[in-house]
Amino acid sequence: MMEHLPIVMIVLPLLSAVVTPVAGRIHRVLSWYIVVIVTALCFAGSLSLLSTVLETGRISYWLGGWEPPWGIEYLIDYLNAFVLCLVAFIAFIVAVYAKKSVELEIDEARLPLFYGVYLLFVTGLMGIVITGDIFNLYVFLEIASLAGYALIAIAKRREAAMASFNYLVMGTIGATFVLLGIGHLYMVTGSLNMADLAQRLPALYGSKVVQTAFAFFAVGLSIKIALFPLHNWLPNSYTYAPSAVSAIMAATATKVGAYAFIRVMFTVFHAEFLITGIHLNHLLLFFAALAILMGSILAVAQTDIKKMLAYSSIGQIGYIILGISLMNLTGIQGSLLHIVNHALMKGTLFLAVGGIVYRLGITTIEDFKDLGRKMPVSMAAFTVGAFSMIGVPLTVGFVSKWYLAIAALEAGMWYLIIVLMLSSLLTAVYFWRVIDNMYFQPHDASKVSEGSVVVAESNPKDAPVLMLLPTIVTAVLCVFFGIFASLPLSLAEKASMILLR
Amino acid sequence: MPENIIRRTIGGMLIPLIQLYALYVIAHGEGGPGGGFQGGVILGSSVILYALIYGVEATRKRIKQKFTDLLCSTGVFVYGGIGVLCLLAGGNYLEYDMLPLGTPEHSSHLGILGIEIGVAITVASVMITLFLETARRDEK
Repeated sequence: MMEHLPIVMIVLPLLSAVVTPVAGRIHRVLSWYIVVIVTALCFAGSLSLLSTVLETGRISYWLGGWEPPWGIEYLIDYLNAFVLCLVAFIAFIVAVYAKKSVELEIDEARLPLFYGVYLLFVTGLMGIVITGDIFNLYVFLEIASLAGYALIAIAKRREAAMASFNYLVMGTIGATFVLLGIGHLYMVTGSLNMADLAQRLPALYGSKVVQTAFAFFAVGLSIKIALFPLHNWLPNSYTYAPSAVSAIMAATATKVGAYAFIRVMFTVFHAEFLITGIHLNHLLLFFAALAILMGSILAVAQTDIKKMLAYSSIGQIGYIILGISLMNLTGIQGSLLHIVNHALMKGTLFLAVGGIVYRLGITTIEDFKDLGRKMPVSMAAFTVGAFSMIGVPLTVGFVSKWYLAIAALEAGMWYLIIVLMLSSLLTAVYFWRVIDNMYFQPHDASKVSEGSVVVAESNPKDAPVLMLLPTIVTAVLCVFFGIFASLPLSLAEKASMILLR
Repeated sequence: MPENIIRRTIGGMLIPLIQLYALYVIAHGEGGPGGGFQGGVILGSSVILYALIYGVEATRKRIKQKFTDLLCSTGVFVYGGIGVLCLLAGGNYLEYDMLPLGTPEHSSHLGILGIEIGVAITVASVMITLFLETARRDEK
């Protein structure tokens, strides 16, 4: 059975997704157990795939026994295996976390449906990562997006429906652009297999059709990853979604989008085409720097913690794109590292905030006064995540920022260092506001803003163990991979080497 | 409602024919134009026609929401399940000719028919759900 592992990784959550709502009708808890077990198995499977890839090189799986480029091929190399482990891990962690959190934030009758859609979302994300067929990538992109819209809209708050609708409109435009890009490529090459496309395309790099195709891909995927001027759907989606959904979306959805972007840029197309053919690197660099600065500036202006984290995500996407657009080995390595590192730290932050929402129902930063004493463990995890975002040494944030800075120097673009420093400073500003409120401001009961559930007097406990444990695990990993960075580093190096060929 | 009589009569005559035609399209999917998706749409539209004539409440009385929900899942499960059966029979995912159903041609034939049926079930029930959910009045 081991040789079928690539397809099992997709089919297992897909089939479980349709079983989950039915099992939920028998007993509600059953659907949660299914999700936890399935995501745990997926994580184990992804680790096993990673070790196989490390031993034997890439794995190719032919669906229906059809030989590529005619059939759909699932192709796993260093890059996929790396991102796959991340997605499966976050999916598992958040699944454990979700139980308590969604019981409060979602109608009880909809819980089994929520878990079903959650598994569909995971299926879509893992499918995007695992497939070697570009049309298949589009299909999984749509599965993940549609499930994502539903996951946001399922929240009890009314604003969630509007946020989800905005995301639906923007996401559909993005997906349509990607589809148009695929259509253009198919028109000139007659192939949908990524490896096959990579061989056929160089002869056609002069063609206007191929250049148009790339433009469609670039814009479509930029919407999906919320690159700065196209980011409008993201803040409200993350803010009004249930806590668990914010966590998994912030940690994986845009990261997988970035993975798809990298795949299309470097596997389907070639770095040389992007630099000499269409001069993409400077354009992308401009938008990346803009995203970093604007994301950070907008984050400083927020009063709602979830919205602040969402805007900070937009800035962090800028980092990932910055590394890619430098188009050198260190830059791509830095980007890949940042995909993992940002997933870990943003995951920690959203999970910790979810704990506060669960106990106190507050998201306004002003109301966080004295929380450091009331919820010490959650707040410690939050602080670790925040330090990591700022880029303090010994945390993961430092490692990826270091690599991005070196890459900028290697490319001879010293002015990017200023952008990086400035944004780190802004990050410190907006996170310090939260930390200052948490630890150093005395609590003032008379000033709790309206709309929050006032339980402040009753001295709340820390978040429940099921929510606390995943938060601690991601926080510890933030520090662990910050100190022992060699494992993700070597993987990112191998992955960036195959990307630049 | 007496003015409804033409609609009711025509509907009563057409709906069975539409459904029969849907089954024909599903069954001939692998050899000619048509298939699970198209057949499923035709099957779903027959129920939508019923809802247009007799109203949403009457349709929901005949086809409960639980039932369509279950069918939505069943179709996906049939599709994926056949793929898994291929795995168990020693082939790759969805490699129908490995199914132990006589000759490879015969198993391939039955395998793809099963897939078409799975697709048809899901497409039909999703169409019905979409129509009835959009047409439903909120209780509030």
